[in-house]
This record gives sequence, C-alpha cells and structure tokens, in this order.
Amino acid sequence: MSQVQLKVSALTKTFGGFNAVEDVSFDIAKGKVHSIIGPNGAGKTTMLNMLTGVYEPSRGTVELEGQDITGLAPHALAGRGMARTFQNLQIFFNMSAIENVMVGRHLHECAGWFAAMLRLPGLSAGERESRREAAKLMHFVGLGDYLHAEADAMPYGALKRLEIARALAGKPKILLLDEPAAGLNATETRDIDALITKLAQSGITVVLVEHDMHLVMGVSDHIVVLDYGRKLCEGSAQVVRNDPRVIEAYLGSEESVSC
Amino acid sequence: MSAQLTQFLLTGLTIGAIYALVALGFAIIYNASHVINFAQGEFVMIGGMATESLIQLGLPLVPAIALAVAAAVLVGMALERFAIEPARGASATTLIIITIGASILLRGLAILVWDKKLHTVPSFSGDTPIQIGQATLLPQSLWVMGITLVIVLLLGWFFGRTLIGKAVLATSHNPVAAQLCGINVRFVLFLSFGLSAGLGAVAGILIAPITLTSWDVGVMLGLKGFAAAILGGLGSGVGAVVGGLVLGIAESLGAGYVSSAYKDAIAFIIILAVLFFMPSGLFGKKSPDRV
Amino acid sequence: MKWMSPRTGGLAALAALVLLLPLAMANNYWYEVAIQVGLNAMVCVGLNLLIGYAGQISLGHAGFFGLGAYGTAILATRYGLPPALALVVTNAAVALLALLVGRPILRLKGHYLAMATLGMGIIISIIVVTEDRFTGGPDGMSVPALSLFGQEISGERMWYWLIGGALVATVALALNLIESPMGRALRALNGSEVGARVSGIDATRAKVGVFVLSAVLASVAGGLMAHYSGFITPGKASFFHSIELVAMVVFGGMSSTFGAVIGATALTLLPQLLTVLKDYEMVVFGGVMVVTMIFFPRGFLPSLMLLIARKRK
Repeated sequence: MSQVQLKVSALTKTFGGFNAVEDVSFDIAKGKVHSIIGPNGAGKTTMLNMLTGVYEPSRGTVELEGQDITGLAPHALAGRGMARTFQNLQIFFNMSAIENVMVGRHLHECAGWFAAMLRLPGLSAGERESRREAAKLMHFVGLGDYLHAEADAMPYGALKRLEIARALAGKPKILLLDEPAAGLNATETRDIDALITKLAQSGITVVLVEHDMHLVMGVSDHIVVLDYGRKLCEGSAQVVRNDPRVIEAYLGSEESVSC
Repeated sequence: MSAQLTQFLLTGLTIGAIYALVALGFAIIYNASHVINFAQGEFVMIGGMATESLIQLGLPLVPAIALAVAAAVLVGMALERFAIEPARGASATTLIIITIGASILLRGLAILVWDKKLHTVPSFSGDTPIQIGQATLLPQSLWVMGITLVIVLLLGWFFGRTLIGKAVLATSHNPVAAQLCGINVRFVLFLSFGLSAGLGAVAGILIAPITLTSWDVGVMLGLKGFAAAILGGLGSGVGAVVGGLVLGIAESLGAGYVSSAYKDAIAFIIILAVLFFMPSGLFGKKSPDRV
Repeated sequence: MKWMSPRTGGLAALAALVLLLPLAMANNYWYEVAIQVGLNAMVCVGLNLLIGYAGQISLGHAGFFGLGAYGTAILATRYGLPPALALVVTNAAVALLALLVGRPILRLKGHYLAMATLGMGIIISIIVVTEDRFTGGPDGMSVPALSLFGQEISGERMWYWLIGGALVATVALALNLIESPMGRALRALNGSEVGARVSGIDATRAKVGVFVLSAVLASVAGGLMAHYSGFITPGKASFFHSIELVAMVVFGGMSSTFGAVIGATALTLLPQLLTVLKDYEMVVFGGVMVVTMIFFPRGFLPSLMLLIARKRK
C-alpha cells in the first residue's frame, strides 16, 4: 500500500457564484498514476489549476507530504516538487526547444543577477550542465531530432512532449499533465501513452487530466471522476468503468469502452 | 459655504466638464477597439486652434466652430484608417506606441500649419463675470458646463436609444458576435474615432477662451482626460463623466488649499492610486483572470 | 535574434568601433554627438532588457534619467559631495526607489502598466520643475565637473573615452545577463508568464529586478550626462524624452541589445541630420514611430535584415 503523497480535502473553487469545483476530496499515492476524468466543464482543469497554484482555492486544503500547500504561488509549488503541463500549450515560442527545457531547471540553476552579469566562473559550468541535462530529457521524451530546433518551428505533437520535458527538468515529485493527448492523432497518442508508462515506471507520481478513455483506462492505477464540479466516484479502472453513475454521466453517451 | 470654496468648486466643475468630454472620447475609442488613444489630446488642440484660424479668416463664430469640429472628426477618422486599422491585432505595447507617435506627428503638423505661439479665441458671450453669491463665474464657464451637459445627455440617448449607438455598444462587448449579427465592425471603429475626435474638439473650443490655446495644449489635457477615464473606470461612459468632474474639483481644491505648484501632479497621483488600489476604477467592470 | 553576431564577436566589434572612431572624427562636435549617442545607448540597452526581453513597458524612464542627473547635481552642488560620491549615492537611491515603486507597478500589465509608468515619470518631472530651490526650476542648474581618482574629467575627448568604456561595459553586462539562467527566466516571462511561473520563476521578483536594473542604467547615464554638460534642465526628465527612449528601443528591434544600441544611434543622429529641416523634426519623429510600429513591429532593423537575408536566397 503506497503512502499518501498529496491529500486533497474539500477543495472548492467559486467564480462569482458559480462553483467550478465543489467539495472534492481524494488522495494521491506516491509513485502511482492517477487520472482525473469527467465531461467537458466538469472542473478538471480548474482542479489542476488549484493544485498548481494558478488558481487560489475558495475553500479546502491541499497537503503535500503532510505540509499544507494550499494557496501557494505557482513558483513556490514548483519549489516543493509540483510540475505541470498545460492543455493550451504554454511554450516559450521566443526561445529554442532546448532553452524551453532549461527553463524547467530554473530552481536548480544559479539565478543570481550579479553572478550572471559578471559571468562568474560557476555560471559557465552550470550552463553547460543545464544544457546537458536538458538534452538528456529531450531524448527521454523522444525529441532527439529537435535538439537544435527553435520552438516556433516544431509540430504540435512535439511541443506537447517538449512541455513534458520542461516539467521533468525540475526533477519534480509529482507531475501533473493537463490533457497531454489533446489534439494528437492515434499514433501520437500511443506514443504519449508509452511515455506516461515510462514515467510511471521511473517512480515519479503522475496525475493525469484526460479525455481519451483508452489512454486513461490503460495507464491509470487510480481514477477520480468529476461531474459538474463534484466528485462522482473514484477507484481503479475496473471499478470506475462499471459504475452506473459514471456510465450514465460520461461513458454512456460516448463510444463504449470495450477493452 | 465660504466664497472661496464656492469659487474653487465652480472652477473645478468648469475644468472638470472639459476633462469629462476628453475622458468620454477615450472611453468610446477604448470600448470600440481596446486602444488607448494617446492622440486624444491633439483633437482638443485642433478644435481650439482651427476655430481661431477660421475666425481670423473672417468666419463668424458658429460656422468656425462647426468647421473646426468637422476638421477634427476627419483627422480622427484618418487616424483610425491610416494608423490603427493597419495595425489590427498588434500587441498593446505596439498600439500604444503607434498612438503616441501619431500624437507627436499631429503636434509636428500643428507647428507647421500654425506656429508655436499662444492663440486666443473669443468668449461665446462676452467676458463680464457673473456674480454667484460671493463668487464669480465667467459666462464662458456656463457655456462649458451647459454644452457638456447637453452632449452627455445626447450621448446617453445615442447609445441607449438609437440602433447605431447600440451597435457600437455591442461591438465593444463582443466584436465577433456583433459581426455575426450583421454589424459592420469597421464602420463602428471609424465612427468611434470620429465621434471621440469631435468630443475632443468641442472640449478644446469650449475651454480655449478661458485658458488660451497653442500647439501643445493637447498634451496635458489629453493625459488628464485619460486620468479621469481611468478614475471612472476605463470603458465606462458614466465613469468618464464622473471621473472628469471629480478630477476637476480635486485639482481646483488641491491647488487652492494645498499647493498650486503641484496642481498638475494631482491627476497623475490619481492615476497611480487608482491603478494600485482600484484598477477597474469607480464604475469599471472587474474581470477575473481565466487561464 | 538569430542574425546577430555571436556574443563575443559583437562585443569585440563594438569595442573596436569605440576605439577606432576617434580616427574618423573631424572636430569636437562629432565627439559631442558620439557622447550623446553613447549616453542614449546606455539607457536604451537597459530599457531594452525591460521592454524587449522581459516584455514589459515603461513610458517614464526619463524620470530615472532625470533623477540620476539632478540627484548627483544637487548632492554635488548644494551638499558639497565630491561628484564621484554623489554619483554613487544617487544611483543607490534610485535603485532603492525603483525597488519600492517597482513592486506595485509591475503587478500591472499591458496598458495599465504603461499608464502607471507614465504617471510615475510625469510626477518626477513635475517635482523637478517645481522644487526650484533645489533644482533651479525650469531654468535648470549648473553641475560641477567630475573627478575620478583625482583626475578631473573634462573636454570632449576624455568624456568620450569614459562614456565609450561605460557603454561597452553596459553591453557586456546585458549580454551576460541574457545568456544566463536569469536571462532565460526573463525571456520565459515574455514567452508565457504562467509557463514561467510554474517552472519555478518568481515572476514579480524577476520583473522588479530587470526594472531596477534598467532604472539604474538610466540614472547612471543621467548622472554622467549632468557632469559632462555642466548644466541640466528639466527637459531631460520630460515625458517627451521618455517617449524618445522607447522609440529608440522599438526602432532598433526589441529583444536585441545591439539593436538597442543601433536604434539609439539612429534616432540620436536623426535630429542632427535634420537640422536643415528643423521645423519638420516632430513630424518626422512621429511619422517614424507610426510607420515602424505598423510595418516593422519587431523593429525597423531586424525587419530590414530579414528582408536582406531573404533577398539573398
């Protein structure tokens, strides 16, 4: 039985009277792959935004390894080991691909102003190491061909992986992926599937927000289903797949999962 | 109420009415295009300067005013057509620099067309001060306040009751939806710039008899009108008017009771205070950030 | 920008230019112009870090320039500080002011940020004109000569070397910063602020940092200008000067330190070349700004170079 790494309790987000997420609680176990699913508008991305500091929760708490991290700013959460990707890519198109990944390493780099301006000796060595690590990560996610590419010259599928590489660069404890398969074709989705499995095997905790049922059912250890901002049910893929409420709310009207 | 306070209030209301007109110009253009038109003050300048030239050429007051306003409206539409339209979709920074450049260009042209001297425009109905209790009021001030009131009421009717006015409002809320409803968004932009230019010109003509006019009178008036618009809430017509009056009175009281040397700073301190503590101003809409 | 020469190459070229330029200078007037260009370029390099790299904006940077000038002038004249010390104290004070003011101002974005910086700049210029007991008001005030290590810096040639050296140093600092983790953080902010934040970058701190840096560069240039001219007037802190600086950065191409230098050079020389057309100065200046931003929003020079590069193919 894995230990609880992230504890979400009664998390709520209200936008001017409208509850995007209401009173949702669940636990994330260390080293496992968790998925948050639900129809459009169920509050999945809002939930992710609260977990990563982009939104401040209206109510409820989030605890990471026993420490309260509710409402911390995004960069502080990055410092605690939470990294994420975005549904609408937030790539730095004004930089090269490898520089994008290097930014992910920011907290492990020497970010001093004077050290930078005076180009102190440690900095050059640090830069070389950053570049090496970034290159390794790009290979890990399958972007070896784009080592010298500019971000604005890369195809959409590659950019999705680039964001994952950037998130990994910070050596996070928990990796939160917001619809990594969105906009990808069948082949690309299979590749993402393989990448997520590879990530899970490396021991990192993965939290996945996703629409693609094949991907979710195949890769998840634990699933939380949201609907209209509330938790509908949670459990293993088997449990969720057979829950009548879930089938009615979500799976019933879509292509049935026949695997 | 003491005579001094009454005097300050009357002065404040007069200049406040002018700020309100300029602020309305900002609000209308901002609503239509999300552009902060730094050249707004130059329309004020064109109004006063053109009127003076036309009077010198022998025209009676009313036709001179009408032509001057028309000239400003044309300049406003030209600005939209040649400087704003080509840059559609550009970033906020780019658009700001374009309108700043346009304002410099217009001032440069003003130097060439006219000169760098101060010019006078005759008061509409003489200069004999009117007694109000123990305070005095110039007849021109009554013109300023009266015409501003009429204009504000007319604009209220225009935006609230006419089809064109409502089309302009619809465009400001959602340009794409407006287009889908058959509203010609480009025409709306054109109209907004022309209307704002007209408002600015009227303001310039109204105030010129009191404060004189020159090639660079638009700089400060424009910036202060902008401060009023921000105070009232960028994009709100009611806010522009209230903001203008509040700014005018604040300036007058500040100059009278605190320090006349720092009168000009009041507007900019207000800009900073509003932006720091209340960015949506008195009447503006607050929108939460959605990612 | 990819077309710019690599860091050391460009820096070496600049240093070489500074060293060799005097060979081409016919008389003192040329030195004066070169010094003017150098001072503007220093401010623009800093402003470019703020606008071009970090993606912010400031319509009030002449305020910092003016504070640098008047600060050192007042300390040296009315309080009798040795000019070198006056410079140091002034710049430290400006850094502190920028730090205090920067935090609330940089929470704003887009045109709100522009307006706040504009308000700040104008307030500074009004104070400079109004406090005439300290500043001499609209008529300006005189400034004593600068002495470094016991040697008085006077005459166009000495000032040329001082400013030239200061410019090369400024460009070197800027280039170093851009190629560093903090430089990447600034560029990331420009690319996607939320993407930068979740990557661990404290966006506010980064923005305030580059704001303070650019403010100090402006105030250093202002202080040097004050001692060089021997006399300063409030126009140096004016709104118009703030706009001129932004125009230079924008013209030369944002996101390029050398672009900022070239932009400063071009727009400082322009009025000199237009002395014949003195009356048309504002028309041309305004026209240049409008046309550049409409047709070359990434800067006149980068677009020109792209055009040339394409023609070659």
